Amino acid sequence: MIMGLLEELPAFAWILIKIVAILIPLLLGVAYLTFAERKVIGYIQGRIGPNRVGFRGMLQPFADIIKLVFKEIIIPVRSNRYLFFVAPIFTLTPALIAWAAIPFAPNLILANINAGVLYVFAMSSIAVYGILIAGWASNSKYAMFGALRSAAQTISYEISMGFALVGVLIAAGSMNFQDIILAQQGSLLNWFFIPLLPLFMVFWISGIAETNRAPFDLAEGESEIVAGFHVEYSGVSFALFFLAEYASMILISFLLAILFLGGWLSPFEGIPGLDEWFAWVPGLAWMLLKVSFFLFAYLWLRATFPRYRYDQLMRLGWKVLIPTTIVWIPVVAVLVKLNVGPWFS
Amino acid sequence: MMKTWLRYCKHYLNSLLLLELFAGLRVTLKYLFKKKITVQFPEEKTPISPRFRGLLALRRYPNGEERCIACKLCEAVCPALAITIDSEQREDGSRRTTKYEIDMFKCINCGFCEESCPVDSIVVTPIQHYHMEQRGENIMTKEKLLAIGDLYEQQLAADRAEDAPYR
Repeated sequence: MIMGLLEELPAFAWILIKIVAILIPLLLGVAYLTFAERKVIGYIQGRIGPNRVGFRGMLQPFADIIKLVFKEIIIPVRSNRYLFFVAPIFTLTPALIAWAAIPFAPNLILANINAGVLYVFAMSSIAVYGILIAGWASNSKYAMFGALRSAAQTISYEISMGFALVGVLIAAGSMNFQDIILAQQGSLLNWFFIPLLPLFMVFWISGIAETNRAPFDLAEGESEIVAGFHVEYSGVSFALFFLAEYASMILISFLLAILFLGGWLSPFEGIPGLDEWFAWVPGLAWMLLKVSFFLFAYLWLRATFPRYRYDQLMRLGWKVLIPTTIVWIPVVAVLVKLNVGPWFS
Repeated sequence: MMKTWLRYCKHYLNSLLLLELFAGLRVTLKYLFKKKITVQFPEEKTPISPRFRGLLALRRYPNGEERCIACKLCEAVCPALAITIDSEQREDGSRRTTKYEIDMFKCINCGFCEESCPVDSIVVTPIQHYHMEQRGENIMTKEKLLAIGDLYEQQLAADRAEDAPYR
């Protein structure tokens, strides 16, 4: 038994190294996403954003982290202490483990599982439990409201998100991320965002709602329920929620890039001349370019739109997004069945 | 009937294509590249009007004689009762203040004292960033007020000259 474990050790260590290789860039990405958020929103509002710590404020995220780490964690009286501390972990863990199945470049993937789409989707859905537990364990009315809102919202938008995903699965004929990307090979016109445009928009909007970001950030809604589910959290435990939110933002951006914008595929594919010109650019670069577009869009949307009212949010989810997907899935099915080119021929 | 129907169709098409949202996004994108209006405070400051009413000061004549003649008009006009003046006769027979104190906690920076002053002695300066570190520092004594006046005399005179045509 022990000898068997020892034999497994190198493989285990190799996986551990791969996990670290994913997590460290991810956490750095999260750190600089918060910085980018403050900068972009500042610029849109005619300000210049943080620029004091380090060159042009480049060290600002680290200053924030140090501040959060050294802050006191205040435990509300009569809260459920155990759940109170478990909740941030429950939120962060799914946001991190979902990364296992995300392909960054051809064959650059930690776990190339066949049902990768389902796995990631499941993990991004589980995150809402952390929010629910946080809201309940805090023993605070605002936290409770925030958690309730968040739960109802996430469940509603998951339906439309799932349906949008069905369209992609029909179009790609696979649940494996790599296969889905390879199904979009050929040229920019073959990317799924063209035949699946309504589903693309639905997935995008639901993705924003799923991560509780503006304009769907009712779970936080600082103007009416202070800070929603994380009112009572401070210091590191708050930082974990923050981390989870931004990690899942990046995750959704990756999903959008993979499912609809051809993942690591070059946009110049199939164009004579340009294709060879850009052949040296690694797939990872194209992937990150697409992801950063979606991340910028997150910030852009946040700076542009006011928060939805709760009934409007529900109306949008149930009466607009879900019908749209239900209409478009048969359309996709017909397109695939009739081999309509250039996507499905 | 037909018209309302058309309007509904237009409305639905508008919302379905997210036209208004894209219009909004275009506006914010434009602002992303616009000139920023931030004033980086300690290094940069916003321009101050010569009429700005900040810290108070007592001025002197060019020959060094203090202007204040202890007429107590400022004390009388002060709506916050922030000014306290005691006076006596100097050896040369002129009336001068022995005590001229302004409580900066009471002062509401209305500038009435300056307007009431017949000899332009008490003036408001454009100094807006000042602080107190100890109890009692809020009482601006005659010495302190004169010192501020001496320090900023040039600027005070220039500000008054600039504003003179409008008085």
